[in-house]
Amino acid sequence: MSASIEITNVTKRYGALTVLDDVSLSIEAGEFVVFLGPSGCGKSTLLRMIAGLEDVTAGTIAVGGERVDTLPPGKRGVAMVFQSYALYPHMTVAQNMSFGLENIGMAKAEIGRRVEQAAATLEIAHLLDRKPAKLSGGQRQRVAIGRAIVKEPKAFLFDEPLSNLDAALRGRTRLELAQLHARLGSTMIFVTHDQVEAMTLADRIVIMHDRKIEQIGTPMEIYQRPASRFVAGFVGSPAMNFVPVKGVNENGGTLRIETCGLGDVAAAIRLPARFSPEGGCLGIRAEDVTVLPAGEAGIPLKADVVERLGDRTLIYGQLADGTKLAAETDGRSEARSGDTLQIALDTSALHLFDAAGIAHHAGGD
Amino acid sequence: MAESYRRSQWSNGLFVLPYLAVFLVLLVFPLVWGAWLSLHKVDLFGPGRFVGLANYGRVLADPVFLQALRNTVVFVLVSVPSLVALGLFLALALNKTTRATSFLRALFFSSSVLSVTIVTLIWRFVFIPGDGLLAVISEQLGIAPVNFLSTSGWSLFSVGVATVWWCLGLPMMLFLAALQQIPSDLYEAAALDNAGPWRVLTRVTLPSIARTIMLVTIIQIVMQFQLFGQAQLMTNGGPNGTSRPLVMYIYEVGFVRWDVGKAAAASEFLFLIILVAAMAQYLVSTRKSEVSE
Repeated sequence: MSASIEITNVTKRYGALTVLDDVSLSIEAGEFVVFLGPSGCGKSTLLRMIAGLEDVTAGTIAVGGERVDTLPPGKRGVAMVFQSYALYPHMTVAQNMSFGLENIGMAKAEIGRRVEQAAATLEIAHLLDRKPAKLSGGQRQRVAIGRAIVKEPKAFLFDEPLSNLDAALRGRTRLELAQLHARLGSTMIFVTHDQVEAMTLADRIVIMHDRKIEQIGTPMEIYQRPASRFVAGFVGSPAMNFVPVKGVNENGGTLRIETCGLGDVAAAIRLPARFSPEGGCLGIRAEDVTVLPAGEAGIPLKADVVERLGDRTLIYGQLADGTKLAAETDGRSEARSGDTLQIALDTSALHLFDAAGIAHHAGGD
Repeated sequence: MAESYRRSQWSNGLFVLPYLAVFLVLLVFPLVWGAWLSLHKVDLFGPGRFVGLANYGRVLADPVFLQALRNTVVFVLVSVPSLVALGLFLALALNKTTRATSFLRALFFSSSVLSVTIVTLIWRFVFIPGDGLLAVISEQLGIAPVNFLSTSGWSLFSVGVATVWWCLGLPMMLFLAALQQIPSDLYEAAALDNAGPWRVLTRVTLPSIARTIMLVTIIQIVMQFQLFGQAQLMTNGGPNGTSRPLVMYIYEVGFVRWDVGKAAAASEFLFLIILVAAMAQYLVSTRKSEVSE
């Protein structure tokens, strides 16, 4: 069973402090949506409002077409997996999973069937008689997910559920969550500040920043066509390079962008009529900066730090005017810190941001 | 190296010496001396003579001792559950951070800092016949007033009420501290699990503070078996010894009748009873939690 979720003009205030400001979002049934954003952007608050753990100051939330923001948490048909797992410490795994079902007066046989089925799915059948204290972090995580699965909810809500796991387990659990979503086909909302989790799990990512939704899109849309300078800088590692712009001249569909460190750059970016270059900047990802072979002339970049990641090498350096820029080249690069390298830009992958941070992309808006 | 290590280990013991000295002089020595006294016919004026277990026999054959023992057991059986239940109820009701709850916490705890003299004085104003609060109220309601402090049955009850009122602060505070240790996300998980208030209380809150409930119970068993001041000041053990607790019996035997050996023997009995009661409570609680594990 899965259901759509409709969030309409939702605002959350604590006294004079506004945490979420007029947020609207529509999630389709069966969709895996990730709320991504830095700490304090309001993503967890929005999730907790859907769960019913926080009141809605203004606006409405509907699950499966039914308005739920006035209902208590248990009546909303959603299940939540907490960051800390929130397992009942004095109950066994089986009791933890069946507690919610007992509370709604479900028949014992049906509870047993659901618990067994979920335990088999999550490979925790051998842990059913143990208490949470006797489980590892990964096992607790599975029990917490199992507790959600047995309710057969209309939507699963995950509040940073992987952040307490070590790196290896996090990667594995991420994969298992993706498989679980594929198998159950349920609506899932996942809150994280980890962009790798967001990129790998989401059908759509909701980027949140400063009390508002900054952009909603598929992972590749978010990465390739960020709506704002914030999104461009937040998603992607290393972060997108930003080079200050001095002026722009449009000439027959091609834009000549005057920059401080990169000189004049030509790009096929279509600009609105009233674009002002003042305070704007040019954005380019490290992988769209090519390090030219020795002897070829390009834009000089003095390497400060060279990071060798095996499959690729990241070079953090400075342009002639001191603007910092990161470039990515292949793993066999022999560049060393202190070297002055020659670079070229992939002008089809440029982004231009105005002073307000609004993005304009190469190859159309 | 090994030599200096051994020496340093030995000298570490010096740090516990001050405590050890106090422990030996003020706790172990009186304990042993008490046991030794209980084997002697001795008064407060001079050395006694060894009589073996005769004092214990005299204590057990004394109907006054048996009456005091019965009074004390009844008192503990009623006052300890009352203290635990009321303390828990207050803690649950005041486990919020508002100005009103902070004030009420302080108010309920304030009785604990009063001396037994003040407490009994206050409750004498309530229970005393004629001008007492309860007498006035029952007169207004047209009910025949009860002479609480000098009626058999009511006298021990009155001592119990004053005791619960006096001792309630500590259980409440210990329960409050335990309640505040329960992570809030457990309650959030319970809310999402459709648990009503009763299910939350019995399946989340109480199991989470089970250890504190046991601790409070043991502390109160040990404390209430030592009932003395309230009974002495409110009823003087009367009428006919129906509110005389064990400690008062020991006091009367030792310091009024100067039969120190017999008082020491009765003290050893009290010591054993408290030990057994506390251990039994501990064993029952731990076995229960093991079964549920």
